[in-house]
Amino acid sequence: MDYEAVIGLEIHAQLLTDSKAFCSCTTRFGAEPNSNTCPICLGMPGVLPVLNRKALEFTVKMALACNCRINEFNRFARKNYYYPDLPKNYQISQYELPISENGFVEIETSQGKRRIGLTRIHMEEDAGKLIHDETKPVSYVDLNRTGVPLIEIVSEPDIRSPEEAGAFLRELRAVLVYLGICDGNMEEGSFRCDANVSVRPKGEQALGIKTELKNMNSFRFVERGLQFEIDRQIELLKAGERIVQETRLFDSATGTTASMRSKEYAHDYRYFPDPDLLPIRVEPALVERLRSELPELPTEKKLRFVNEFGIPAYDAGVLTASRELALYFEETVKLFPKPKMVSNWIMTELMRRLKGEEHGIDSCPISAEQLAALLRLVDEGSISGKIAKTVFDEMFDTGKDSSAIIEEKGLVQISDQGELVEIARKVLEDNPSEVEKYLEGKTKLMGFFVGQVMKVTQGKANPAMVNQILMEELKKR
Amino acid sequence: MLALYEYTAGRLAEMLRTKETSSVEITRSVLERIDAVEEKLRCYVTVSPEEAVKMAEEADRRLAAGDGKPLTGIPIAIKDNMCWKGHRTTCASKILHNFHPPYDSTVVRLLKEEGIVILGSANMDEFAMGSSTETSHWGPTRNPWNVEMIPGGSSGGSAAAVAAGEAVVTLGSDTGGSIRLPAAFCGVSGMKPTYGAVSRYGLVAYASSLDQIGPIARDARDIALLLNIICGHDPKDSTSVPRDYPNFSNSLDKPVKGMKIGLPREFFDKLEDPDVNRVMKDARQIYRSLGVSFVDLSLPHLDYALAAYYIIAPSEASSNLARYDGVKYGFRAENFDGMIDMYCRSRAEGFGAEVKRRIMLGTYALSSGYYDAYYLKAAKIRTLITNDFRKAFEECDAILCPTAPSPPFRIGEKMDDPIQMYLTDVFTIPVNMAGLPGMAIPGGFSSDGLPIGIQLVASHFEEARLVQLSSAFQKETDHHLKRPSL
Repeated sequence: MDYEAVIGLEIHAQLLTDSKAFCSCTTRFGAEPNSNTCPICLGMPGVLPVLNRKALEFTVKMALACNCRINEFNRFARKNYYYPDLPKNYQISQYELPISENGFVEIETSQGKRRIGLTRIHMEEDAGKLIHDETKPVSYVDLNRTGVPLIEIVSEPDIRSPEEAGAFLRELRAVLVYLGICDGNMEEGSFRCDANVSVRPKGEQALGIKTELKNMNSFRFVERGLQFEIDRQIELLKAGERIVQETRLFDSATGTTASMRSKEYAHDYRYFPDPDLLPIRVEPALVERLRSELPELPTEKKLRFVNEFGIPAYDAGVLTASRELALYFEETVKLFPKPKMVSNWIMTELMRRLKGEEHGIDSCPISAEQLAALLRLVDEGSISGKIAKTVFDEMFDTGKDSSAIIEEKGLVQISDQGELVEIARKVLEDNPSEVEKYLEGKTKLMGFFVGQVMKVTQGKANPAMVNQILMEELKKR
Repeated sequence: MLALYEYTAGRLAEMLRTKETSSVEITRSVLERIDAVEEKLRCYVTVSPEEAVKMAEEADRRLAAGDGKPLTGIPIAIKDNMCWKGHRTTCASKILHNFHPPYDSTVVRLLKEEGIVILGSANMDEFAMGSSTETSHWGPTRNPWNVEMIPGGSSGGSAAAVAAGEAVVTLGSDTGGSIRLPAAFCGVSGMKPTYGAVSRYGLVAYASSLDQIGPIARDARDIALLLNIICGHDPKDSTSVPRDYPNFSNSLDKPVKGMKIGLPREFFDKLEDPDVNRVMKDARQIYRSLGVSFVDLSLPHLDYALAAYYIIAPSEASSNLARYDGVKYGFRAENFDGMIDMYCRSRAEGFGAEVKRRIMLGTYALSSGYYDAYYLKAAKIRTLITNDFRKAFEECDAILCPTAPSPPFRIGEKMDDPIQMYLTDVFTIPVNMAGLPGMAIPGGFSSDGLPIGIQLVASHFEEARLVQLSSAFQKETDHHLKRPSL
């Protein structure tokens, strides 16, 4: 029997607000434990929350970008559970009336385009972190993260494979980063994903028993964890066994999942409307303002790149994966309007170096102007592609302009009239049939002769002079 | 001649302005009174005499510099659930027995800005859960009129302190009657303002959607003076209402002639106590003599108020009190086996019986499968009650009703019968459910010489009308001038 997987994802994204969701503490990452705290986020007796308007606006932006319906009237609820990283022992979240519902995201898969439904996107606050002592049965708590605004994005069970899950996550992450509302860092936990997985015989409509997967802190781990879990469930069913509804933790060291707790002991969160916060009314005027502020989103941008620049969809996808990279591409093309060449250079040389040095495009040592200048030299035939790559590496290491490097490294052009005439004559002599065709009117062969001269000079010949000399020499024939 | 501690805040403020006395003299007089009678009454959880004298000295400097505000230099006590930076705030609970807040509540900040002298924290029912101040971890406060009797609760310490002269004025908090009931039982005046009129920031929460801070004092004039200080919008409290609050003192001398007072039959139908009945009758007579007319009305959903309150308040409390877990501050059990056991033991040993009862009630009411039947239904009843009052106020300017069904009862009398204890608040709870302002003022005495209060209720943000009506009443009566002999 053939089985298919049914996957739904729950994503938590930390919002890039300056201050926390309900107090004025900074959200800065990496400070001394418990230094970014105040009586409010510490849950001291008597404190009250006041909503950070920025968090609300960021959430509305994400909801709009994901085609969600905004609930003009929504409110916060308390999710009650005891844990030492949660000072109030309840989390301010949204339950019955979330800020947005019923959206979707479109993803590209090997089977083509697919639409993944979003059940809801809502606001909530993050919890702190427990640090367990390795040697003693003691745990420490760091509440710096407590109260940092989060959005929770819940998908419909529309995902059918780990590959789709990966594509969906990457798309969501790209949108969040484009909107400038989340840094999307899975390793640091500012973008986190849990998954609900079940399998069923292909063609079956009813859902199988699901497990919840946690602790997958990279795209690759999500895909691997899901694949392992799907295989595990199918094997169990094939062996005639039951799947237990439970939460399972992914172990990145072994690539397997293991049971954490059974849902039979599931918490009753006793949700109820938070009486400390008034219901929120999202004014239609605010929604319209935020809608008008939405940047071009990855999918739109990708489509435009294909249409406007005539580059392949794959290239467009890579270039639009981040807003900054796309901007870099566009700026370079503006100065050097050969999009395919720009895209090739960015996708090979530039991305290779960026990856190697763990630079983001925003801290790239080569500016768009510098890259355009280099490519122009290549295009004009001033330097060969090979030399250009050497120059490029040097530019990346030093941040210097291509022209300066060419001069320093003796990659300067040969501009000696006598030397170039000699080389030109030699080239013409070595290619008599081309000369003949040229003289018969095939003037396009000029490029060939120029190329030959460049080849002999390893790209160092002054292209303007080479042109001039070749014309004169050919005229003489 | 009266001792300084016997005067009202309004009178003392006049004496400070005319330099007849100083804040230090007043404060010392009150501190001496505390020394004299505190042992008998137990109005306070914590008194800080040195700090109070220092604040009084500072107030005298301000007054001398001409920098005084209306109540600069007047000694006050706050209820032990209002955070005062660096001063023990226990909510009369073992679980917070050693808690010193690192911040000031908004009301404490406002008192400090006014230059008021804070004497200390007044006793209360544990976490404001009770009607008698008997559930305090520090032991019960006694009624100054008869120390065998309860002072009412939960702000029993605040009310008894004013009655006994252990403070000139005090602040209490009122979730289901906790200012008005003890004010009535101790023969003083107390007001619960409209929900949202006074910031709750720094008030240790019992039931967030009902809690409200308010003043307790000897007369309507002092109530107005305190309202002028504490009413106002606070950006730190999302439920605080931004609006212009009037100068309440301007309403003290406004005539009440021509006003219409509503008498909801559901309040009076239940009245069995002859003393309370007599006091209510007398009150009507006085208002009638002032040119007030009466209109009979009905608040049809009033009968459900108590039941709905005992779903909503415990539900919110079960969540509000979850933070007291022994992890961060307050009491932690000495012996435990692991984290969960530490939670369980700390809470089992740290909370008293009534608090635990309400936490369990609330936890149950919010549980999955019961939410709709309990919490949601109670929330709907609350809306119906609010609508009842709204309709009533289309026909009248204020409502007159009893504060409590009986005069003060004996210490221990209702401790083993929670339902009887809860019924003490049957006339005050509906006012909280609707978020309305309500005021209790002395209306007379029982045949045993115990104070009985009358209650006035007005529409949202009509505190000024309550000041006006109570001030007019106090000009015609002397119940509020009587002092217990101690």
